Amino acid sequence: MNKLATLHGKRWISRCYSSLSSQSLRVCVVGSGPAGFYTAEKMLKAHQGAEVDIIDRLPTPFGLVRSGVAPDHPETKIVVNQFSRVPLNERCSFFGNVSLGSSVSLSELREMYHVVVLAYGAESDRVLGVPGEDLEGIYSAREFVWWYNGHPDCSDLDPDLKSTDTAVILGQGNVALDVARILLRPTTELAKTDIAEHALASLQESSIRKVYLVGRRGPVQAACTAKELREVLGIKDLYINILESDLSKSAADEEEMKNSRIQRRVYEILSKAARSQPSHPISGQRELHFVFFRRPEKFLHSDDSSGRVTGVRLEKTVLKENSGSGRQSAVGTGQYEDLGCGLVLKSIGYKSVPVDGLPFDHHKGVVPNIRGRVLSNTHTEPLIFENGLYVVGWLKRGPTGIVATNLYCAEETVASISEDLDQGVLTPTLPRPGREGLQQLLDSKGVRFVPFNGWEQIDLKEKSLGSLKNKPREKITRWGELLKAANRESVTEQ
Amino acid sequence: MNMAKFKLAQVGSLLVRELTRGQFTTTIQRRYLQRSYNQYLQSPVSPSPSNYKGISFSVYSHAYNNRHAFSTSASDNGHEEGNQQKEKISVTFIDKGGEETHIKVPVGMSMLEAAHENDIELEGACEGSLACSTCHVIVMDVDYYNKLEDPTDEENDMLDLAFGLTETSRLGCQVIAKPELDGLRLALPAATRNFAVDGHVPKPH
Repeated sequence: MNKLATLHGKRWISRCYSSLSSQSLRVCVVGSGPAGFYTAEKMLKAHQGAEVDIIDRLPTPFGLVRSGVAPDHPETKIVVNQFSRVPLNERCSFFGNVSLGSSVSLSELREMYHVVVLAYGAESDRVLGVPGEDLEGIYSAREFVWWYNGHPDCSDLDPDLKSTDTAVILGQGNVALDVARILLRPTTELAKTDIAEHALASLQESSIRKVYLVGRRGPVQAACTAKELREVLGIKDLYINILESDLSKSAADEEEMKNSRIQRRVYEILSKAARSQPSHPISGQRELHFVFFRRPEKFLHSDDSSGRVTGVRLEKTVLKENSGSGRQSAVGTGQYEDLGCGLVLKSIGYKSVPVDGLPFDHHKGVVPNIRGRVLSNTHTEPLIFENGLYVVGWLKRGPTGIVATNLYCAEETVASISEDLDQGVLTPTLPRPGREGLQQLLDSKGVRFVPFNGWEQIDLKEKSLGSLKNKPREKITRWGELLKAANRESVTEQ
Repeated sequence: MNMAKFKLAQVGSLLVRELTRGQFTTTIQRRYLQRSYNQYLQSPVSPSPSNYKGISFSVYSHAYNNRHAFSTSASDNGHEEGNQQKEKISVTFIDKGGEETHIKVPVGMSMLEAAHENDIELEGACEGSLACSTCHVIVMDVDYYNKLEDPTDEENDMLDLAFGLTETSRLGCQVIAKPELDGLRLALPAATRNFAVDGHVPKPH
């Protein structure tokens, strides 16, 4: 009781305190993944007069921490504890189920807020551009990851894991390794994670025994990190195949390794695995094959009209040094080989999608920017910036890096905002409607947003569903059910 | 409870700071010495360390049961009681702006925990479960670095991804106070410098 009184007292003080700052800086962060939350956290800390709203098109926050990080990596998700403290601040509000482009336009946001920071990441995929890419049984790794992580946009993906024993994964980065691990790991282990129910059921019936990880370049250039590599190599009762001949290094490889600790360590782990592997799999054993120096030429299909993929034609490659950069790229040799499979997962990179009124560099797949300040134009001098518009995370620097990369990325963008305020580039002298304006606009459009306590309802429900099955949570994977769970109790107070 | 604590930290920040951190004057002075750039990054109002640490740490360290992960965290009260008997060592943190903070750390406590208890802005995204590199610290003296146990493969995996990695880099959650480390000096990497060109991220395929 006493505690409660204290709490109310503090709230009251807080309200007075915030209303004391006559001119509050209205900030809207679009996207609630790591980049968005780190930005909000740093803005709130750096600017005591700032009011920061975070919008997300999903009813759930945390972006790829929820829908990207693998279910068997619970430690990586601990960062949501830190993120969940951010909206407890009176100056911060979460608006879930609000989509930039349909619920609210970029120009509307820019009118309502002094500062708009775009942190909506990369929700599409790079394409290979080779024939047959649209065949049945070919998915982007992103879709597959969203499916097993219970993203409401991919809950109906239902990839067929029962009519083939072989999957080919194109790419050798961490996402490729995650996907391989989910396909190969004993489902008894996955059953204890927060993997989506539909995915677990499908994996339990999966007939996939062999997984090929295909990379255009060699073991020295593999884009994965040591932790993920060690993990996939350590799967119980798994036969690993790495060709010893692929491990020979050129002078250029040696040079690359000298300059990169991570490449060195990844190469060492791969060589060690190659040396210690048995020559043949035990019958019935699951298999993981690392296929280096191959690039997809086309996808193969059977003559029937099913339109299903039956294999991938791969071209052998060799490495050529790019002049000056020290980097080596793969070039084709004109030699081909076919690899039969019934499932293909393309893990060749995510891609950001622009919205109306946003400068976009289609070649790089990012918003043109300098230290987070959005550029109106990239090709002409002098450089012109979009006043009050900033970018952070994958939309700013492309789809690479780990959760922590966004911490530094957000520091940089927030520092740019602070500098612009300092130097009078940003002049928040005229009040903007901010949060109240957004609420009115959403009301007028009939958009029912999910506040942070709506997410907390979802969270509670998921955890209680999970506890029945000895899982940390059972994710709700349907839009309708998510919204229903969010509104379970009348949510009036933000 | 956690929430109440947090509100407290948010709200009466100035007040709370006065009350709770009187003894660490260097912490407060440091804030006024920073260059203008850093003023925006280092807030005058960060949640006070005991609040920030919260309940979640102990919960998770239990759940994920990693080697050194906050094995000593227990509860705030636990520390205070234990402090009476426990030996403490002197540790200096050097922040991104070069300002020093001197603290006393009980033997057995990790540098990540010690930093949070003393309002030093060391991130700890995974709360000491060896799943991130945000508590990266640089040991300023090779002799001290050599007194530490070698990093495990798991720690090295995370150090691979740390910004501004040096020969004497460690994760703060894996450096545990022991008597030989008395006088330890740890620097926080100046991560924001050259962020765009500091390419410690996996290369795109």
